[in-house]
Amino acid sequence: MRFMMFMYPQIEEQDWNPTPEAVAAMGRYNEELQKAGMLLALDGLRPPSDGGNVVFDAEGKATVTDGPFTETKEVVGGYWLIQARSKEEALEWASRCPDSNCRIEVRRVFEMEDFPQDVQDAYEGP
Amino acid sequence: MSEATRAIEAVWRIESARLIAGLARMTGDVGLAEDLAQDALVAALEKWPQSGVPDNPGAWLMATAKNRAIDRLRREKTYERKREEVARDTGALFAMERSDFDAAADDEIGDDLLALIFTCCHPLLSREARVALTLRLLGGLATPEIARAFLAPESTVAQRLVRAKRTLRDAKVPFEVPRGDELEERIGSVLEVIYLVFNEGYAASSGEDWVRRDLCEEALRLGRILAELAPAEPEVHGLVALMEIQASRLGARRGPGGEPVLLLEQDRSLWDPLLIVRGRRALERAEALPGPLGPYGLQAAIAACHARALRPGETDWVRIAALYDALAQISGSPIVELNRAVALGMAFGPEAGLELLERIEDDPALTQYHLLPSVRGDLLEKAGHPEEAASEFRKAATLATNDRERELLKQRAEGGG
Repeated sequence: MRFMMFMYPQIEEQDWNPTPEAVAAMGRYNEELQKAGMLLALDGLRPPSDGGNVVFDAEGKATVTDGPFTETKEVVGGYWLIQARSKEEALEWASRCPDSNCRIEVRRVFEMEDFPQDVQDAYEGP
Repeated sequence: MSEATRAIEAVWRIESARLIAGLARMTGDVGLAEDLAQDALVAALEKWPQSGVPDNPGAWLMATAKNRAIDRLRREKTYERKREEVARDTGALFAMERSDFDAAADDEIGDDLLALIFTCCHPLLSREARVALTLRLLGGLATPEIARAFLAPESTVAQRLVRAKRTLRDAKVPFEVPRGDELEERIGSVLEVIYLVFNEGYAASSGEDWVRRDLCEEALRLGRILAELAPAEPEVHGLVALMEIQASRLGARRGPGGEPVLLLEQDRSLWDPLLIVRGRRALERAEALPGPLGPYGLQAAIAACHARALRPGETDWVRIAALYDALAQISGSPIVELNRAVALGMAFGPEAGLELLERIEDDPALTQYHLLPSVRGDLLEKAGHPEEAASEFRKAATLATNDRERELLKQRAEGGG
C-alpha cells in the first residue's frame, strides 16, 4: 500500500533558512527511505506565491486567484510518496523525519480496487 | 492487536533485517542471530507499551539482544552441553562484546544486509527454503504469514525454516558477501528468489488474501534494497525494472470476474504511470553499466516497449522481436522462441512467425504445451488459413490445463474468438 506524507512547516516562509546541517540530516533521512526500498517519489514545493489557486463555485465555474493565501500552518512544503506494509509503518517512518517545527500528515493513497466496479469502468486515465 | 503492539510490529519490520544481519556478523550463525533478535522483540513488547518507543529503536534492540545473549549463555552453562557448542557460543559472545553496533558505519550495515541476503539465498538450500528464509529474515514475515502467502501448511514452513538454518550451520557457511566469480554465480540465486516471490504475488487473482498480493510489493522492496547495496550489478537493475513495469499492470491483469486479461487486451489506462517511470529509470541504470543486458534486463526492455505504447497498435514489434532474439541467444529457452515467433508475426507478418515455429515445434519442452498450437493457430488465422487454424485451436484446447483457457480456445476453434 502507498502513503503520501505531506510536510507542513509551522514557520513563516521568510524564517525558513535551514542550516547546512539540517539539510544534510534531511538528505540522510531521504537516503534511509531509499535504501529501505520504501521511497517512490518526493519533492519540495516552492512557496505559494510561485503558484496559484483555482477556485470552483457551486456551478463548477473555475476562477484563477493568486490569493488569499491560507494560513502558514496550512501550506504544504513538500511530500514523500512511500510504499509501506501498514499505516503504523508509515507513521513510524514519518516519526523519524529529522526536521523540527513542522507537522507531517500521513495519508493512505486510494487504489483503483477501492472503488466499485462501475466507477473503475468509467475511468479512462491517466 | 492493540495499537501499541501494532506500532512495535511496525518498528520490528523496519529494524529486524538490519538487527539480524548485525547479529549474524557477530555470531556467524543466522539461526542464532534470529533467536537473539526474537528475544529482543519479546523484550520490546514487554517494555515499550509502558515506556514508549525509544528514540533509536534499532540501537535499543541491538543492546537488548546482546544482553539476552549473555543471559542465555550463563543460563545454559549450567546444563550439560557439547563442548564444541559451548566453545562456539562463547566465541560468538566475545565477538559480540568487542563489536560496537552503534558505531557501525553505513556501508558496514549495508554489507551485513547484503551478506544476509546472500546467506538466505545460498545454493545449499532448496528453492522453497531460500524463499521462506528470505521472507522471514529480510521481510520480517512471521511463519503463518509465509504459509498463507504460499498456501502451504504452517508446520511445513516452520520445518523448512528450521532445516534451512540447521543446514547453514552444519555446513559452516560463512556469513559474508561472495567476491569475484562467486559473486556472479551467487547473485543469480538471489535474483531468482526475489523474482519467485514477485511471481507468487503476481499470479494470485484479485480479491485473494492480501498477503499474497503484498508479495509483489515485498519483492519490489527487496529488489530496490538490493539495487542500493549492489549498484554495479546490471541484472539487479534489470530485475527491478522488470518488476516495476510488470507491477504497473497489476490493476489491469484481471477482468471483473477475476479472469486473466491478456497484455494486448488490457485497459492501458489502468497501468500505473509511476511504476512505469520507475521501471524505465531502473532499466536506464542497467543500460548505463558496461556490458550487454542480461535476461532480466532484456525482459524489462521488452516490458518497457509495451509500456511505451499508448495503444496496442502502437507497439514497436520490430524492436520487441530483436530483443527476443537477443534473449533467445542467451537463454536458449524454447518458451522464449515461442514468444519471439509471436513478435516476428506481429512485426513482419504471420509467415515469419510460422517459419520460426517450424524450427522449434519438435522441442520436447513444447510438445505438450498448449501455447504452441495456440500461437500457430493465431498465426494461421492471420495468414488466411481458417480451417488449419481451427484444427490448431482444437489441439491447444485438449492440451490446456486451465478451464477458462480451454473454453477460450474452443471458442476460437469454432471461429468465435
